[in-house]
Amino acid sequence: MAEPNASATKEPSAGTAPEPTRGGTYFTPRIDIYESAEEVVLLCDMPGVRPQDLDIRFDQGKLSLHGKVKARQAPVQYLLDEYGVGDFYRSFTIGPEVDAGKISAECRDGVLIVHLPRSEKVKPKRIAVKAG
Amino acid sequence: MSILTRWHPLRDMRQEMRHLRREMDRAFGRWGFELPEWPVVMVAYPPVNLWEDDDFVYAEAELPGLKLQDLEISVTGNDQLTLKGHRERSAPDKVEWHRQERSFGAFERVLTLPVGVDPARVEARLENGVLTVKMAKSETAKPRKILVTTA
Repeated sequence: MAEPNASATKEPSAGTAPEPTRGGTYFTPRIDIYESAEEVVLLCDMPGVRPQDLDIRFDQGKLSLHGKVKARQAPVQYLLDEYGVGDFYRSFTIGPEVDAGKISAECRDGVLIVHLPRSEKVKPKRIAVKAG
Repeated sequence: MSILTRWHPLRDMRQEMRHLRREMDRAFGRWGFELPEWPVVMVAYPPVNLWEDDDFVYAEAELPGLKLQDLEISVTGNDQLTLKGHRERSAPDKVEWHRQERSFGAFERVLTLPVGVDPARVEARLENGVLTVKMAKSETAKPRKILVTTA
């Protein structure tokens, strides 16, 4: 089988890295990423994940998001079985322009929001020009 | 334990297809959207899991970011479950998007339940983006225990 995060290997320049080998199987959560002058914001759909189920790590330029999802009911014979339930995992390579010490995260209604503030030295600065 | 079960060739085949698809999703990503050549059979949103016990039928759907007030859940007749809702993208103006994989917009899904339920006894819960609808089976749909008396 191919490596789980197939999209990441196709677009290495977009800021993601392939998943490392881990035990078990994981679902790749859907994400949105946007960038403003102050920060990069990552929004990640992780239905069923509570704040205490999250393991977010930043190590050597790699941000990894792991949301643990416990089975929500005893194993049953499904009458309709349209999606699977399990842990979410995805990782990203973060450039040096992010201030790693100020990364913060919040999780609400199954959506994880990670704030990656730009470090002061790369923030665009306006240079005042004096006349005279 | 039931020894005699009805043979449902179509249902069994669909079940097998779903299992295969689930394995593929696990390997390649949740929706398979990274692989355009893989036929994306998900035409209905949201995907629903459905199961039952003796007294209830349960429907579960993953709706991250939604609140109960964004949702309209109804049971009509005694076997039509409707899930209706709207998800709004919220982000400040003037930002540069790098990825947009999450889906937004209005959705409506009508499911025909395999057993009759009592529309007056339906409970819905939305926790961490997971919706669970618990529907009480109508009396006629419940399994009946047959008492055996000795002569």
